[in-house]
Amino acid sequence: MGKEFTRPQALSEQHTHYCPGCTHGIIHRLIAQVIDELGVRGRTVGIAPVGCAVLAYNYFTFDFQEAAHGRAPAMATGIKRVRPDLMVFTYQGDGDLASIGMGEIVHAANRGEKFTTIFVNNTVYGMTGGQMAPTTMPGQRTTTSPLGRNIDEIGMPLKVAELLSTLETPGYIERVTVIKPSYIVRAKRAIKRAFTYQLQGRCFSLVEVVSTCPTNWGLTPMEAVNWTADVLLPYYQLGEYKSPDTREEG
Amino acid sequence: MGKVLMKGNEAIGEAAIRAGCLNYFAYPITPQSEVAEYLSRRLPEVGGVFLQGESEVAVSYMIFGAAACGERVFTTSSSPGISLMSEGISYIAAAQCPAVFVNIMRGGPGLGGILPSQADYFQATKGGGHGDYRLLVMAPAGVQEAVEMVMRAFPLAEEYRNPVIILGDGLIGQMMEPVEFPDHLSSKPSNKDEWATNGMATRKSGRPNIVRTLILDPNTLNEHNLHLKEKYERMKRDEVRYEPYNLEADYRGLIVSYGTMSRVCRSAIDALKEQGVEVGMVRPQTLFPFPEKAIEEAASKESCEVVVSIEMSMGQMVEDVERSVRGRRPVEWYGTCGGDVPTPEEIMEAMKSFMSSESPHLVHSSTG
Amino acid sequence: MQTEVMFAGFGGQGILLSAKILAHAALEQGLDVAWVPSYGPEMRGGTAYCMVVMSDLPIGSPVIRNPLHLVAMNLPSLEKFAPTVKPGGVILVNSSLIPHGSGRGDVRELLVPVNEIAIKLGSVKSANIVALSAFVSRSKVVDYDTLIRCIQEEFAQKKDLISLNLKAAEEGRKLTYLCSL
Repeated sequence: MGKEFTRPQALSEQHTHYCPGCTHGIIHRLIAQVIDELGVRGRTVGIAPVGCAVLAYNYFTFDFQEAAHGRAPAMATGIKRVRPDLMVFTYQGDGDLASIGMGEIVHAANRGEKFTTIFVNNTVYGMTGGQMAPTTMPGQRTTTSPLGRNIDEIGMPLKVAELLSTLETPGYIERVTVIKPSYIVRAKRAIKRAFTYQLQGRCFSLVEVVSTCPTNWGLTPMEAVNWTADVLLPYYQLGEYKSPDTREEG
Repeated sequence: MGKVLMKGNEAIGEAAIRAGCLNYFAYPITPQSEVAEYLSRRLPEVGGVFLQGESEVAVSYMIFGAAACGERVFTTSSSPGISLMSEGISYIAAAQCPAVFVNIMRGGPGLGGILPSQADYFQATKGGGHGDYRLLVMAPAGVQEAVEMVMRAFPLAEEYRNPVIILGDGLIGQMMEPVEFPDHLSSKPSNKDEWATNGMATRKSGRPNIVRTLILDPNTLNEHNLHLKEKYERMKRDEVRYEPYNLEADYRGLIVSYGTMSRVCRSAIDALKEQGVEVGMVRPQTLFPFPEKAIEEAASKESCEVVVSIEMSMGQMVEDVERSVRGRRPVEWYGTCGGDVPTPEEIMEAMKSFMSSESPHLVHSSTG
Repeated sequence: MQTEVMFAGFGGQGILLSAKILAHAALEQGLDVAWVPSYGPEMRGGTAYCMVVMSDLPIGSPVIRNPLHLVAMNLPSLEKFAPTVKPGGVILVNSSLIPHGSGRGDVRELLVPVNEIAIKLGSVKSANIVALSAFVSRSKVVDYDTLIRCIQEEFAQKKDLISLNLKAAEEGRKLTYLCSL
């Protein structure tokens, strides 16, 4: 009997620098599995964000570019337009995508750029030390909202999947999480669907992954999982928000 | 092929295509939007890529993404737009990707005006974006030269793996002049497989290429910057271009001027000659690297009393002229920066006053 | 020898186009040439003007404050630019829209009702060609035959406009001939 569980070819052997209880590692692995399964490693270009995943290229075994804060969708646009044969994905956090890079992601999605975005939403700026993000929950304490996010001053947390789903341009948008095995299976399915749409040249695709940041939340890994389930998932509801298939029916 | 009459902006677009660059990303801004208008028609005809981005910031990263794949790519903009692109330009220089930028300058600061200006001299030659980087800066004085420089910019950007910027002004973009496109462009064989993210499968090495700019280790970052510096020193050694004018005469005044401004100076020098007054000129065709030696030599001529930097900016290039002259002669500045290009008559008057006066000069400016 | 011609009027009068045709004709005759437009907000409905510089030597300054000739298509243009014209130059005045001459005694003045002529031919849009042709016939800055070839080339893509504009050119030439008798 052969090995049942092996390292995907697209994942490098390097240990990650991510904190205990962080879900980046799981998400990286899912992406690597999908790239292996689709057999596209030799023509994939990933784009690392500014944020905890800035060093993501150390953990994969294919070409990578490193973007400036929020600009990954513009870089992906540049690549995809001049080399449509390449498989391109951006890997972005919520500070990167939903704050400084909001312009770039909206316009790339609206143009229907044929690349994939993996949007990791953990409600804080991770790498810079846990500052408030547009996705920070009401009352959530961060290093720049020490009394908790005050929605009278800062507004409500931004729902990226919902917001981008209002665009008329066809696309695929789904929100998933990876806090327990059944969710991980669904997340993998969504990521594979997103890459497959790209492979078919069909549409822009974005998978939002509701994720954890025990370090900046000041919680243990297990508490972080529970807080995600109790507080985040009721607000950031999982599911398919937009599909190129359903739109054609409508 | 014979000469055709073309608007500078359109000729710049066509020149890029002739140079084998079929990828163009841009955002509209006066006075260079005709480049985008022209290429939105022309690029689809030749199977190229035209995309109007949502902002100059985004465009600079579209350029970065495409350039990092090893594809020829360029954009055009004007002063405020180049400010926005400067962030991306810094990253592209840091990542050592080849790309070509064209700045058809307008008056600033802020929104400024839309008429010809040379006020982005510092931005182009000294930085613009953050960090220790330089751009190779070429400054055409007419439509034909703009075409030649655009075509030369691509192989140069590739040779140095560094962005090249063409610094024109509104007049060069808007004016029509006769143009002849050079037939052939010689390029060195590309080494992009060594660095570009063009898909691992196509490369012999079979190893991933990473295009990045984050270097957290201080020693490695220092080495990286030393490597960049070495490239800029090589540019200083090999890429200086300038045009001498009337330097064989025993001139009393030496003008340093570039772009549209230098053409007005040329007319002024011709007219002064008819009056028996000799003035020479060094016209930098590259602003970085700057023709320091040529200027120092020309300034050192025995007959030369004064060196004047004539520019459509408020005393920017004059700093490089002073540096080049190394105190051998007094250095003066003359210019305007509102959009009105000084006339030959104004330049003649200014030069006469600089040459006649014995004492240190006060600030002079055109009344135009 | 360098010659400069200022074309001026309001947006929509075909100022840039007639200047371009002249520049093209100069190029055909082996001259160096620069076509320098006004640009920006002004060109949207306001005043439009365009300088054509031609020379048998490479052109230095393309920026000219004092042109040798002026083609003035409306009153503000005449008022603005007539005083700048060099002595001995030609000023063409569109007398359809301008009630008086330039008031200059040291230039050759040509008063032509170009709008009326163009309307008679079928479209006021050809007024710029009437003016251009009249101006060239009088100033002789380029050969008339070269000018006609360049008009034909300019409208090559719009066949229906060729005969209109050739008629406009012919009217302009005839009129200048009569004026100079």
